Amino acid sequence: MNKKGPIILLITLSILLLGFISKLEYSISKKDVALIIPKGFPKPSYDFSNNKLSPEIFTIGRKLFYDPILSKDSSTSCESCHQRVAAFAHIDHALSHGIDNKIGIRNVPALQNMIWKDSYMWDGGVNNLEVQPLNPITSSIEMNETLPNIILKLKKNKEYVSLFKKAYKDTIINSERVLKSLAQFTGLMISADSRYDKYIAGKDTFSFQEKSGLNLFKLKCASCHKEPLFTDNSIRNNGIQPDTSLNDIGRGKITNLEADNYKFKVPSLRNIEMTFPYMHDGRYKKLKDVLNHYSSSASHNKTSDSEINKIGELNDKERKDIISFLLTLTDREFLNDRRFVDPNRK
Amino acid sequence: MKKLFKIIFGILFILFPCATNAQHSKGLLSIGFNHYVDSLLLKLDSTEYKNELGQTYKVGMFKYYICNIRLKKLDGKEFVSKEYFLINEDIEESKKIILNDIPEGTYSTLVFTIGVDSAHNCSGAQSGALDPTNAMFWAWNTGYIFMKLEGKAATSSAPGKIFEYHIGGYKDPNYNIRKIFFPLKENVLIEKNKTAEIKMRVNVSEILKDPTTIDFSKLPSVTDAQNGGIIADNYRDAFSVGK
Repeated sequence: MNKKGPIILLITLSILLLGFISKLEYSISKKDVALIIPKGFPKPSYDFSNNKLSPEIFTIGRKLFYDPILSKDSSTSCESCHQRVAAFAHIDHALSHGIDNKIGIRNVPALQNMIWKDSYMWDGGVNNLEVQPLNPITSSIEMNETLPNIILKLKKNKEYVSLFKKAYKDTIINSERVLKSLAQFTGLMISADSRYDKYIAGKDTFSFQEKSGLNLFKLKCASCHKEPLFTDNSIRNNGIQPDTSLNDIGRGKITNLEADNYKFKVPSLRNIEMTFPYMHDGRYKKLKDVLNHYSSSASHNKTSDSEINKIGELNDKERKDIISFLLTLTDREFLNDRRFVDPNRK
Repeated sequence: MKKLFKIIFGILFILFPCATNAQHSKGLLSIGFNHYVDSLLLKLDSTEYKNELGQTYKVGMFKYYICNIRLKKLDGKEFVSKEYFLINEDIEESKKIILNDIPEGTYSTLVFTIGVDSAHNCSGAQSGALDPTNAMFWAWNTGYIFMKLEGKAATSSAPGKIFEYHIGGYKDPNYNIRKIFFPLKENVLIEKNKTAEIKMRVNVSEILKDPTTIDFSKLPSVTDAQNGGIIADNYRDAFSVGK
Protein backbone atom coordinates (compact mmCIF):
# COMPACT_ATOMS: atom_id res chain seq x y z
CA MET A 1 0.00 0.00 0.00
CA ASN A 2 2.76 2.39 1.02
CA LYS A 3 4.78 1.54 -2.05
CA LYS A 4 1.93 2.22 -4.39
CA GLY A 5 1.20 5.59 -2.80
CA PRO A 6 3.90 7.63 -4.57
CA ILE A 7 3.12 5.97 -7.93
CA ILE A 8 -0.56 6.88 -7.68
CA LEU A 9 0.45 10.41 -6.70
CA LEU A 10 2.80 10.62 -9.69
CA ILE A 11 0.13 9.40 -12.09
CA THR A 12 -2.38 11.88 -10.67
CA LEU A 13 0.11 14.72 -11.00
CA SER A 14 0.96 13.68 -14.58
CA ILE A 15 -2.71 13.67 -15.53
CA LEU A 16 -3.18 17.11 -13.99
CA LEU A 17 -0.07 18.39 -15.76
CA LEU A 18 -1.18 16.94 -19.08
CA GLY A 19 -4.56 18.55 -18.58
CA PHE A 20 -2.86 21.86 -17.94
CA ILE A 21 -0.64 21.59 -21.03
CA SER A 22 -3.56 20.68 -23.26
CA LYS A 23 -5.34 23.78 -22.06
CA LEU A 24 -2.50 25.86 -23.46
CA GLU A 25 -3.53 24.90 -26.98
CA TYR A 26 -5.84 27.60 -28.25
CA SER A 27 -9.19 25.95 -28.76
CA ILE A 28 -10.91 26.90 -32.01
CA SER A 29 -14.51 28.04 -31.64
CA LYS A 30 -17.33 28.49 -34.15
CA LYS A 31 -16.61 32.21 -34.14
CA ASP A 32 -12.99 31.52 -35.13
CA VAL A 33 -14.02 29.86 -38.36
CA ALA A 34 -16.62 32.39 -39.44
CA LEU A 35 -15.62 33.72 -42.86
CA ILE A 36 -15.72 37.50 -42.82
CA ILE A 37 -15.00 39.19 -46.13
CA PRO A 38 -13.13 42.41 -45.36
CA LYS A 39 -14.78 45.60 -46.55
CA GLY A 40 -13.70 46.49 -50.07
CA PHE A 41 -12.38 43.02 -50.86
CA PRO A 42 -13.81 41.30 -53.95
CA LYS A 43 -15.69 38.02 -53.92
CA PRO A 44 -13.25 35.19 -53.14
CA SER A 45 -12.34 32.72 -55.90
CA TYR A 46 -12.25 29.81 -53.48
CA ASP A 47 -15.67 28.71 -52.37
CA PHE A 48 -16.07 27.14 -48.94
CA SER A 49 -19.51 25.76 -49.84
CA ASN A 50 -17.96 22.41 -50.75
CA ASN A 51 -15.74 22.52 -47.68
CA LYS A 52 -18.01 23.74 -44.92
CA LEU A 53 -16.00 25.58 -42.31
CA SER A 54 -16.01 23.92 -38.91
CA PRO A 55 -13.83 24.36 -35.80
CA GLU A 56 -13.07 20.63 -35.78
CA ILE A 57 -11.92 20.50 -39.42
CA PHE A 58 -9.92 23.72 -39.04
CA THR A 59 -8.25 22.16 -35.99
CA ILE A 60 -7.15 19.15 -38.07
CA GLY A 61 -5.76 21.51 -40.69
CA ARG A 62 -3.88 23.47 -38.05
CA LYS A 63 -2.35 20.31 -36.58
CA LEU A 64 -1.34 19.01 -40.01
CA PHE A 65 0.20 22.34 -41.00
CA TYR A 66 2.56 22.21 -38.04
CA ASP A 67 3.19 18.46 -38.19
CA PRO A 68 6.29 16.95 -39.86
CA ILE A 69 4.24 13.76 -40.26
CA LEU A 70 3.55 15.10 -43.77
CA SER A 71 7.20 14.55 -44.74
CA LYS A 72 8.90 11.26 -45.48
CA ASP A 73 11.32 11.30 -42.55
CA SER A 74 9.21 13.41 -40.18
CA SER A 75 11.70 16.26 -40.53
CA THR A 76 9.75 18.88 -42.42
CA SER A 77 6.35 20.44 -41.81
CA CYS A 78 4.54 23.13 -43.80
CA GLU A 79 5.67 25.51 -41.09
CA SER A 80 9.32 24.64 -41.68
CA CYS A 81 9.14 26.99 -44.64
CA HIS A 82 5.92 28.91 -44.01
CA GLN A 83 6.59 30.72 -40.75
CA ARG A 84 3.84 32.66 -39.05
CA VAL A 85 6.09 35.58 -38.04
CA ALA A 86 6.91 36.09 -41.72
CA ALA A 87 3.30 36.00 -42.89
CA PHE A 88 4.00 32.34 -43.58
CA ALA A 89 6.93 33.03 -45.90
CA HIS A 90 10.45 31.83 -44.98
CA ILE A 91 12.19 34.68 -43.31
CA ASP A 92 15.75 35.33 -44.49
CA HIS A 93 15.81 32.37 -46.88
CA ALA A 94 16.08 33.17 -50.56
CA LEU A 95 15.21 29.68 -51.80
CA SER A 96 13.02 27.02 -50.25
CA HIS A 97 14.71 24.51 -47.95
CA GLY A 98 13.38 20.97 -47.90
CA ILE A 99 14.10 17.48 -46.73
CA ASP A 100 17.75 16.27 -46.42
CA ASN A 101 19.06 19.85 -46.64
CA LYS A 102 17.87 20.12 -50.22
CA ILE A 103 17.40 23.55 -51.70
CA GLY A 104 14.67 24.42 -54.15
CA ILE A 105 14.67 26.92 -57.00
CA ARG A 106 12.07 29.39 -55.72
CA ASN A 107 11.47 31.74 -52.81
CA VAL A 108 8.78 30.59 -50.35
CA PRO A 109 5.72 32.77 -50.95
CA ALA A 110 3.71 34.26 -48.08
CA LEU A 111 0.39 32.61 -47.26
CA GLN A 112 -2.32 35.20 -46.92
CA ASN A 113 -5.61 36.00 -48.60
CA MET A 114 -5.33 32.67 -50.38
CA ILE A 115 -9.03 32.46 -51.20
CA TRP A 116 -8.73 35.47 -53.51
CA LYS A 117 -6.10 33.83 -55.69
CA ASP A 118 -7.23 32.21 -58.91
CA SER A 119 -4.11 30.06 -59.19
CA TYR A 120 -1.28 28.97 -56.92
CA MET A 121 2.50 28.57 -57.02
CA TRP A 122 4.82 31.13 -58.64
CA ASP A 123 3.95 29.74 -62.07
CA GLY A 124 0.19 29.58 -61.46
CA GLY A 125 0.16 25.87 -62.29
CA VAL A 126 -2.26 24.89 -59.52
CA ASN A 127 -5.93 25.73 -60.03
CA ASN A 128 -7.46 25.10 -56.62
CA LEU A 129 -6.36 25.86 -53.06
CA GLU A 130 -7.24 22.33 -51.96
CA VAL A 131 -4.77 20.59 -54.25
CA GLN A 132 -1.87 23.01 -53.74
CA PRO A 133 -0.33 21.06 -50.80
CA LEU A 134 0.19 18.05 -53.07
CA ASN A 135 3.16 19.88 -54.55
CA PRO A 136 5.32 20.45 -51.48
CA ILE A 137 4.23 17.10 -50.03
CA THR A 138 5.30 15.05 -53.04
CA SER A 139 8.27 17.16 -54.15
CA SER A 140 11.48 15.19 -53.70
CA ILE A 141 13.25 18.33 -52.53
CA GLU A 142 10.54 19.50 -50.13
CA MET A 143 8.70 16.81 -48.14
CA ASN A 144 9.27 13.82 -50.44
CA GLU A 145 6.25 11.91 -49.14
CA THR A 146 3.36 10.18 -50.90
CA LEU A 147 -0.29 10.85 -50.24
CA PRO A 148 -1.21 7.18 -49.61
CA ASN A 149 1.59 6.94 -47.05
CA ILE A 150 0.36 10.02 -45.21
CA ILE A 151 -3.12 8.52 -45.01
CA LEU A 152 -1.60 5.32 -43.58
CA LYS A 153 0.37 7.26 -40.97
CA LEU A 154 -2.67 9.29 -39.94
CA LYS A 155 -4.81 6.17 -39.60
CA LYS A 156 -2.26 4.77 -37.16
CA ASN A 157 -2.06 7.97 -35.15
CA LYS A 158 -4.49 8.01 -32.21
CA GLU A 159 -4.68 11.78 -32.01
CA TYR A 160 -5.65 12.16 -35.65
CA VAL A 161 -8.06 9.23 -35.50
CA SER A 162 -9.88 10.96 -32.67
CA LEU A 163 -9.77 14.40 -34.33
CA PHE A 164 -11.22 13.05 -37.58
CA LYS A 165 -13.89 11.15 -35.68
CA LYS A 166 -14.83 14.31 -33.81
CA ALA A 167 -15.00 16.32 -37.02
CA TYR A 168 -16.82 13.88 -39.28
CA LYS A 169 -18.62 11.53 -36.86
CA ASP A 170 -17.17 8.53 -38.69
CA THR A 171 -13.82 6.79 -39.02
CA ILE A 172 -12.91 7.70 -42.59
CA ILE A 173 -9.54 9.37 -43.12
CA ASN A 174 -8.85 10.07 -46.79
CA SER A 175 -6.92 12.53 -48.92
CA GLU A 176 -9.98 14.66 -49.61
CA ARG A 177 -10.48 15.28 -45.90
CA VAL A 178 -6.78 15.91 -45.30
CA LEU A 179 -6.57 18.42 -48.15
CA LYS A 180 -9.83 20.14 -47.27
CA SER A 181 -8.78 20.60 -43.66
CA LEU A 182 -5.55 22.23 -44.80
CA ALA A 183 -7.61 24.46 -47.12
CA GLN A 184 -9.73 25.58 -44.15
CA PHE A 185 -6.62 26.48 -42.17
CA THR A 186 -4.81 28.34 -44.96
CA GLY A 187 -8.03 29.71 -46.48
CA LEU A 188 -8.85 31.62 -43.31
CA MET A 189 -5.42 33.30 -43.28
CA ILE A 190 -6.82 36.70 -44.09
CA SER A 191 -4.74 39.81 -43.77
CA ALA A 192 -6.82 42.97 -43.88
CA ASP A 193 -6.00 44.79 -40.68
CA SER A 194 -2.76 46.65 -41.41
CA ARG A 195 -2.22 50.34 -40.78
CA TYR A 196 -3.04 50.87 -44.46
CA ASP A 197 -6.44 49.20 -43.97
CA LYS A 198 -7.12 51.31 -40.90
CA TYR A 199 -6.11 54.44 -42.81
CA ILE A 200 -8.47 53.58 -45.67
CA ALA A 201 -11.25 52.95 -43.14
CA GLY A 202 -10.53 56.34 -41.56
CA LYS A 203 -9.36 54.78 -38.30
CA ASP A 204 -5.70 55.75 -38.53
CA THR A 205 -3.61 58.53 -40.00
CA PHE A 206 -0.62 58.47 -42.33
CA SER A 207 2.47 60.63 -42.04
CA PHE A 208 3.22 63.03 -44.86
CA GLN A 209 5.85 60.60 -46.16
CA GLU A 210 3.47 57.64 -46.05
CA LYS A 211 0.81 59.60 -47.91
CA SER A 212 3.30 60.62 -50.55
CA GLY A 213 4.39 56.98 -50.77
CA LEU A 214 0.80 55.82 -51.27
CA ASN A 215 0.28 58.33 -54.07
CA LEU A 216 3.47 57.27 -55.80
CA PHE A 217 2.50 53.65 -55.30
CA LYS A 218 -0.84 54.21 -56.99
CA LEU A 219 0.92 55.86 -59.90
CA LYS A 220 3.86 53.50 -60.33
CA CYS A 221 3.06 50.11 -58.83
CA ALA A 222 -0.68 49.58 -58.47
CA SER A 223 -1.32 48.48 -62.05
CA CYS A 224 0.08 45.07 -61.07
CA HIS A 225 -0.03 45.28 -57.26
CA LYS A 226 -3.67 46.26 -57.24
CA GLU A 227 -5.41 47.32 -54.05
CA PRO A 228 -6.79 46.00 -51.79
CA LEU A 229 -5.09 42.61 -52.36
CA PHE A 230 -1.93 44.28 -53.70
CA THR A 231 -1.83 41.87 -56.60
CA ASP A 232 -3.96 41.61 -59.71
CA ASN A 233 -3.29 37.83 -59.70
CA SER A 234 -1.67 38.09 -63.11
CA ILE A 235 1.45 36.27 -64.26
CA ARG A 236 4.10 38.58 -65.66
CA ASN A 237 7.75 38.99 -66.48
CA ASN A 238 9.06 41.56 -64.01
CA GLY A 239 12.24 42.16 -65.96
CA ILE A 240 14.84 40.57 -63.71
CA GLN A 241 17.61 38.78 -65.53
CA PRO A 242 17.12 35.01 -65.40
CA ASP A 243 19.47 33.25 -62.99
CA THR A 244 21.18 30.70 -65.22
CA SER A 245 22.11 28.53 -62.24
CA LEU A 246 18.40 27.99 -61.49
CA ASN A 247 17.20 27.71 -65.06
CA ASP A 248 13.62 28.42 -63.99
CA ILE A 249 11.39 29.45 -66.90
CA GLY A 250 8.35 29.95 -64.66
CA ARG A 251 5.01 30.05 -66.46
CA GLY A 252 6.55 28.71 -69.65
CA LYS A 253 6.89 25.33 -67.99
CA ILE A 254 3.14 25.22 -67.44
CA THR A 255 2.01 26.40 -70.86
CA ASN A 256 4.98 25.34 -73.03
CA LEU A 257 4.68 28.73 -74.74
CA GLU A 258 7.90 30.61 -75.28
CA ALA A 259 6.10 33.89 -74.72
CA ASP A 260 5.37 32.75 -71.15
CA ASN A 261 8.99 32.02 -70.28
CA TYR A 262 10.24 33.83 -67.16
CA LYS A 263 6.77 34.94 -66.16
CA PHE A 264 5.80 34.56 -62.49
CA LYS A 265 2.75 35.41 -60.41
CA VAL A 266 2.56 38.98 -59.15
CA PRO A 267 2.87 38.52 -55.36
CA SER A 268 0.79 40.48 -52.89
CA LEU A 269 2.75 43.18 -51.07
CA ARG A 270 0.86 42.77 -47.82
CA ASN A 271 3.24 42.15 -44.89
CA ILE A 272 6.16 42.80 -47.23
CA GLU A 273 8.22 44.07 -44.29
CA MET A 274 8.31 40.47 -42.98
CA THR A 275 8.64 38.48 -46.19
CA PHE A 276 12.21 39.29 -47.18
CA PRO A 277 14.13 38.36 -49.24
CA TYR A 278 12.23 39.35 -52.36
CA MET A 279 11.42 38.22 -55.91
CA HIS A 280 10.60 34.69 -57.03
CA ASP A 281 14.18 33.61 -56.44
CA GLY A 282 14.79 35.71 -53.35
CA ARG A 283 17.63 37.61 -54.99
CA TYR A 284 16.99 40.94 -53.26
CA LYS A 285 17.44 41.25 -49.52
CA LYS A 286 16.00 44.69 -49.07
CA LEU A 287 13.07 46.67 -50.40
CA LYS A 288 15.46 49.31 -51.68
CA ASP A 289 17.04 46.66 -53.93
CA VAL A 290 13.61 45.90 -55.35
CA LEU A 291 12.95 49.57 -56.04
CA ASN A 292 16.39 49.92 -57.61
CA HIS A 293 15.43 47.20 -60.01
CA TYR A 294 12.09 48.66 -61.01
CA SER A 295 13.37 52.20 -61.45
CA SER A 296 16.35 51.39 -63.61
CA SER A 297 14.98 50.19 -66.91
CA ALA A 298 18.47 49.48 -68.25
CA SER A 299 18.70 46.24 -66.31
CA HIS A 300 15.39 44.87 -67.55
CA ASN A 301 15.39 41.88 -69.83
CA LYS A 302 13.95 42.08 -73.33
CA THR A 303 10.73 40.25 -72.58
CA SER A 304 9.78 42.24 -69.48
CA ASP A 305 6.21 43.35 -69.01
CA SER A 306 5.28 46.67 -70.62
CA GLU A 307 3.97 47.97 -67.27
CA ILE A 308 7.51 47.78 -65.86
CA ASN A 309 8.89 50.24 -68.37
CA LYS A 310 6.22 52.79 -67.47
CA ILE A 311 7.63 53.14 -63.94
CA GLY A 312 10.55 55.28 -65.03
CA GLU A 313 13.34 56.61 -62.87
CA LEU A 314 12.53 57.03 -59.18
CA ASN A 315 14.63 59.48 -57.18
CA ASP A 316 15.91 58.82 -53.66
CA LYS A 317 13.07 60.62 -51.95
CA GLU A 318 10.46 58.81 -54.02
CA ARG A 319 11.98 55.46 -53.19
CA LYS A 320 12.03 56.22 -49.48
CA ASP A 321 8.43 57.43 -49.59
CA ILE A 322 7.26 54.27 -51.33
CA ILE A 323 9.09 52.11 -48.80
CA SER A 324 7.58 54.02 -45.88
CA PHE A 325 4.17 53.33 -47.40
CA LEU A 326 4.94 49.64 -47.95
CA LEU A 327 5.72 49.30 -44.24
CA THR A 328 2.14 50.30 -43.44
CA LEU A 329 1.05 46.99 -45.01
CA THR A 330 2.34 45.04 -42.01
CA ASP A 331 -0.62 43.45 -40.27
CA ARG A 332 0.26 42.68 -36.64
CA GLU A 333 -3.23 41.37 -35.93
CA PHE A 334 -2.74 38.75 -38.62
CA LEU A 335 0.83 37.89 -37.64
CA ASN A 336 -0.21 37.35 -34.03
CA ASP A 337 -3.58 35.75 -34.69
CA ARG A 338 -4.01 33.02 -32.07
CA ARG A 339 -5.88 30.76 -34.50
CA PHE A 340 -2.71 30.31 -36.55
CA VAL A 341 -0.27 29.74 -33.69
CA ASP A 342 1.41 26.32 -33.54
CA PRO A 343 -0.92 24.26 -31.31
CA ASN A 344 2.06 22.35 -29.92
CA ARG A 345 3.89 25.47 -28.83
CA LYS A 346 4.30 25.48 -25.07
CA MET B 1 -57.01 7.40 -35.20
CA LYS B 2 -56.36 4.33 -37.35
CA LYS B 3 -58.88 5.63 -39.86
CA LEU B 4 -57.09 8.97 -40.05
CA PHE B 5 -53.80 7.20 -40.84
CA LYS B 6 -55.50 5.18 -43.54
CA ILE B 7 -56.90 8.35 -45.12
CA ILE B 8 -53.55 10.15 -44.99
CA PHE B 9 -51.81 7.10 -46.43
CA GLY B 10 -54.44 6.89 -49.14
CA ILE B 11 -54.00 10.54 -50.08
CA LEU B 12 -50.22 10.15 -50.18
CA PHE B 13 -50.59 7.13 -52.39
CA ILE B 14 -52.82 9.03 -54.79
CA LEU B 15 -50.52 12.04 -54.79
CA PHE B 16 -47.23 10.21 -55.27
CA PRO B 17 -47.91 7.09 -57.23
CA CYS B 18 -45.20 7.98 -59.74
CA ALA B 19 -42.50 8.04 -57.10
CA THR B 20 -43.27 4.51 -56.01
CA ASN B 21 -43.70 3.26 -59.56
CA ALA B 22 -40.50 4.90 -60.75
CA GLN B 23 -38.46 2.95 -58.26
CA HIS B 24 -39.69 -0.27 -59.74
CA SER B 25 -39.22 0.67 -63.36
CA LYS B 26 -35.47 1.06 -63.20
CA GLY B 27 -32.83 -1.39 -64.21
CA LEU B 28 -29.09 -1.79 -64.27
CA LEU B 29 -26.43 -1.93 -66.92
CA SER B 30 -23.04 -3.51 -66.61
CA ILE B 31 -20.29 -2.45 -68.96
CA GLY B 32 -17.27 -4.70 -69.18
CA PHE B 33 -13.98 -3.38 -70.53
CA ASN B 34 -11.90 -6.09 -72.15
CA HIS B 35 -8.39 -5.13 -73.09
CA TYR B 36 -6.72 -6.53 -76.18
CA VAL B 37 -3.70 -6.01 -78.33
CA ASP B 38 -5.23 -6.69 -81.72
CA SER B 39 -6.50 -10.27 -81.44
CA LEU B 40 -4.66 -11.16 -78.22
CA LEU B 41 -5.96 -10.48 -74.72
CA LEU B 42 -3.72 -7.96 -72.99
CA LYS B 43 -1.36 -9.50 -70.48
CA LEU B 44 0.78 -7.21 -68.36
CA ASP B 45 4.55 -7.62 -68.26
CA SER B 46 4.60 -10.93 -70.12
CA THR B 47 3.46 -11.12 -73.73
CA GLU B 48 5.55 -9.29 -76.29
CA TYR B 49 3.55 -7.35 -78.88
CA LYS B 50 4.56 -5.56 -82.05
CA ASN B 51 3.57 -2.05 -83.11
CA GLU B 52 2.96 -0.80 -86.66
CA LEU B 53 6.67 -0.31 -87.18
CA GLY B 54 7.49 -3.85 -86.08
CA GLN B 55 8.98 -2.62 -82.78
CA THR B 56 8.39 -5.07 -79.94
CA TYR B 57 6.97 -3.96 -76.60
CA LYS B 58 5.49 -5.21 -73.35
CA VAL B 59 2.76 -3.37 -71.47
CA GLY B 60 3.33 -2.81 -67.75
CA MET B 61 0.43 -0.54 -66.91
CA PHE B 62 -2.83 0.40 -68.54
CA LYS B 63 -5.48 2.47 -66.80
CA TYR B 64 -7.90 5.23 -67.75
CA TYR B 65 -10.92 7.23 -66.66
CA ILE B 66 -14.41 6.88 -68.07
CA CYS B 67 -17.12 9.39 -67.19
CA ASN B 68 -20.28 11.15 -68.35
CA ILE B 69 -21.74 7.90 -69.61
CA ARG B 70 -24.99 8.51 -71.48
CA LEU B 71 -27.51 6.12 -72.90
CA LYS B 72 -29.91 7.37 -75.54
CA LYS B 73 -33.28 5.93 -76.42
CA LEU B 74 -34.65 5.95 -79.94
CA ASP B 75 -37.03 8.75 -78.96
CA GLY B 76 -34.06 10.87 -77.91
CA LYS B 77 -34.56 10.50 -74.16
CA GLU B 78 -31.29 10.20 -72.29
CA PHE B 79 -29.94 8.58 -69.19
CA VAL B 80 -26.89 10.37 -67.80
CA SER B 81 -24.56 8.86 -65.20
CA LYS B 82 -22.75 11.23 -62.85
CA GLU B 83 -20.19 8.64 -61.81
CA TYR B 84 -16.45 8.50 -62.51
CA PHE B 85 -14.72 5.21 -63.13
CA LEU B 86 -11.05 4.34 -63.12
CA ILE B 87 -10.53 1.24 -65.23
CA ASN B 88 -7.27 -0.52 -64.44
CA GLU B 89 -6.03 -3.61 -66.26
CA ASP B 90 -4.31 -4.67 -63.05
CA ILE B 91 -7.51 -4.62 -60.98
CA GLU B 92 -10.03 -7.15 -62.28
CA GLU B 93 -13.06 -5.62 -60.46
CA SER B 94 -12.39 -2.24 -62.00
CA LYS B 95 -12.97 -3.61 -65.49
CA LYS B 96 -16.66 -4.16 -64.99
CA ILE B 97 -18.72 -1.14 -64.05
CA ILE B 98 -22.36 -1.12 -63.02
CA LEU B 99 -24.76 1.73 -63.68
CA ASN B 100 -27.86 1.90 -61.47
CA ASP B 101 -31.27 3.50 -61.73
CA ILE B 102 -31.61 3.46 -65.50
CA PRO B 103 -35.21 4.00 -66.62
CA GLU B 104 -36.69 1.02 -68.45
CA GLY B 105 -36.62 1.07 -72.21
CA THR B 106 -34.69 0.32 -75.33
CA TYR B 107 -31.48 2.23 -75.77
CA SER B 108 -29.72 2.57 -79.08
CA THR B 109 -26.71 4.79 -78.43
CA LEU B 110 -23.93 4.76 -75.85
CA VAL B 111 -21.81 7.86 -75.29
CA PHE B 112 -18.95 8.37 -72.86
CA THR B 113 -15.92 10.48 -72.18
CA ILE B 114 -12.41 9.08 -71.93
CA GLY B 115 -10.85 11.16 -69.20
CA VAL B 116 -12.29 13.60 -66.68
CA ASP B 117 -14.45 16.57 -67.69
CA SER B 118 -13.12 20.12 -67.25
CA ALA B 119 -15.26 20.92 -64.19
CA HIS B 120 -13.85 18.02 -62.22
CA ASN B 121 -10.31 19.02 -63.15
CA CYS B 122 -10.90 22.24 -61.21
CA SER B 123 -12.90 20.97 -58.24
CA GLY B 124 -10.09 20.63 -55.71
CA ALA B 125 -9.75 17.60 -53.46
CA GLN B 126 -12.03 14.69 -54.39
CA SER B 127 -12.42 11.11 -53.27
CA GLY B 128 -13.35 7.76 -54.81
CA ALA B 129 -12.12 7.27 -58.37
CA LEU B 130 -10.95 10.90 -58.40
CA ASP B 131 -8.85 10.59 -55.23
CA PRO B 132 -5.33 11.82 -56.11
CA THR B 133 -3.94 8.80 -54.24
CA ASN B 134 -4.88 6.82 -57.36
CA ALA B 135 -1.81 8.43 -58.93
CA MET B 136 -3.78 9.71 -61.89
CA PHE B 137 -3.25 13.36 -61.03
CA TRP B 138 -0.74 16.03 -61.99
CA ALA B 139 -0.02 18.16 -58.95
CA TRP B 140 2.37 20.73 -60.49
CA ASN B 141 0.07 21.63 -63.37
CA THR B 142 -3.30 20.70 -61.93
CA GLY B 143 -5.28 18.13 -63.79
CA TYR B 144 -6.18 14.49 -64.00
CA ILE B 145 -4.24 12.02 -66.08
CA PHE B 146 -6.93 10.54 -68.31
CA MET B 147 -4.95 7.54 -69.41
CA LYS B 148 -1.67 5.90 -68.48
CA LEU B 149 -0.05 3.39 -70.79
CA GLU B 150 3.41 2.28 -69.73
CA GLY B 151 5.76 -0.51 -70.63
CA LYS B 152 9.10 -1.48 -72.09
CA ALA B 153 10.30 -1.45 -75.67
CA ALA B 154 13.75 -2.51 -76.85
CA THR B 155 13.78 0.35 -79.35
CA SER B 156 12.90 3.00 -76.76
CA SER B 157 15.34 5.88 -76.52
CA ALA B 158 14.39 6.54 -72.88
CA PRO B 159 16.50 5.40 -69.91
CA GLY B 160 15.58 1.83 -68.94
CA LYS B 161 14.07 1.26 -72.40
CA ILE B 162 10.72 2.29 -71.04
CA PHE B 163 7.82 4.03 -72.70
CA GLU B 164 5.22 6.00 -70.79
CA TYR B 165 2.23 7.88 -72.13
CA HIS B 166 0.37 9.94 -69.55
CA ILE B 167 -2.45 11.75 -71.26
CA GLY B 168 -4.25 14.68 -69.67
CA GLY B 169 -5.17 18.28 -70.46
CA TYR B 170 -8.56 19.91 -69.97
CA LYS B 171 -8.07 23.43 -71.26
CA ASP B 172 -7.33 25.01 -74.60
CA PRO B 173 -5.08 24.81 -76.49
CA ASN B 174 -4.41 21.36 -75.00
CA TYR B 175 -7.91 20.07 -74.63
CA ASN B 176 -7.46 16.30 -74.70
CA ILE B 177 -10.81 15.16 -73.38
CA ARG B 178 -12.32 12.80 -75.95
CA LYS B 179 -15.99 11.94 -76.10
CA ILE B 180 -17.04 8.89 -78.06
CA PHE B 181 -20.39 7.78 -79.50
CA PHE B 182 -21.37 4.22 -80.18
CA PRO B 183 -24.49 3.49 -82.16
CA LEU B 184 -25.35 0.09 -80.69
CA LYS B 185 -25.70 -2.67 -83.25
CA GLU B 186 -27.96 -4.50 -80.89
CA ASN B 187 -30.20 -2.23 -78.86
CA VAL B 188 -29.86 -2.54 -75.12
CA LEU B 189 -33.03 -3.40 -73.30
CA ILE B 190 -33.23 -2.13 -69.73
CA GLU B 191 -35.83 -3.93 -67.66
CA LYS B 192 -36.78 -3.37 -64.08
CA ASN B 193 -34.46 -4.98 -61.54
CA LYS B 194 -32.50 -6.72 -64.27
CA THR B 195 -28.93 -6.11 -65.32
CA ALA B 196 -28.31 -5.63 -69.02
CA GLU B 197 -24.80 -6.04 -70.34
CA ILE B 198 -22.54 -4.29 -72.83
CA LYS B 199 -19.03 -5.44 -73.56
CA MET B 200 -16.44 -2.95 -74.70
CA ARG B 201 -13.40 -4.04 -76.58
CA VAL B 202 -10.37 -1.83 -76.02
CA ASN B 203 -7.52 -2.38 -78.41
CA VAL B 204 -4.25 -1.09 -76.95
CA SER B 205 -2.47 -1.26 -80.30
CA GLU B 206 -4.85 1.44 -81.59
CA ILE B 207 -3.45 3.82 -78.96
CA LEU B 208 -0.11 3.60 -80.73
CA LYS B 209 -1.39 4.29 -84.24
CA ASP B 210 -4.03 5.91 -86.40
CA PRO B 211 -3.77 8.71 -87.10
CA THR B 212 -0.24 8.96 -85.67
CA THR B 213 2.05 5.95 -85.59
CA ILE B 214 4.09 6.09 -82.40
CA ASP B 215 7.77 5.28 -82.80
CA PHE B 216 9.25 4.23 -79.43
CA SER B 217 12.65 5.45 -80.52
CA LYS B 218 11.34 8.94 -81.26
CA LEU B 219 8.57 9.45 -78.73
CA PRO B 220 9.08 7.13 -75.75
CA SER B 221 7.41 9.47 -73.29
CA VAL B 222 4.49 11.88 -73.15
CA THR B 223 3.87 13.28 -69.69
CA ASP B 224 2.27 16.64 -70.30
CA ALA B 225 -0.86 18.03 -71.86
CA GLN B 226 1.00 19.70 -74.74
CA ASN B 227 1.94 16.44 -76.40
CA GLY B 228 -1.05 14.44 -75.22
CA GLY B 229 -3.31 15.38 -78.10
CA ILE B 230 -1.78 13.00 -80.62
CA ILE B 231 -2.24 10.01 -78.32
CA ALA B 232 -5.75 11.14 -77.35
CA ASP B 233 -6.62 11.27 -81.04
CA ASN B 234 -5.17 7.80 -81.39
CA TYR B 235 -7.11 6.24 -78.54
CA ARG B 236 -10.54 7.50 -79.44
CA ASP B 237 -10.87 4.63 -81.92
CA ALA B 238 -9.36 2.06 -79.56
CA PHE B 239 -12.80 1.51 -78.07
CA SER B 240 -15.49 -0.52 -79.76
CA VAL B 241 -18.61 -2.34 -78.70
CA GLY B 242 -18.35 -6.12 -78.87
CA LYS B 243 -16.60 -8.82 -77.00
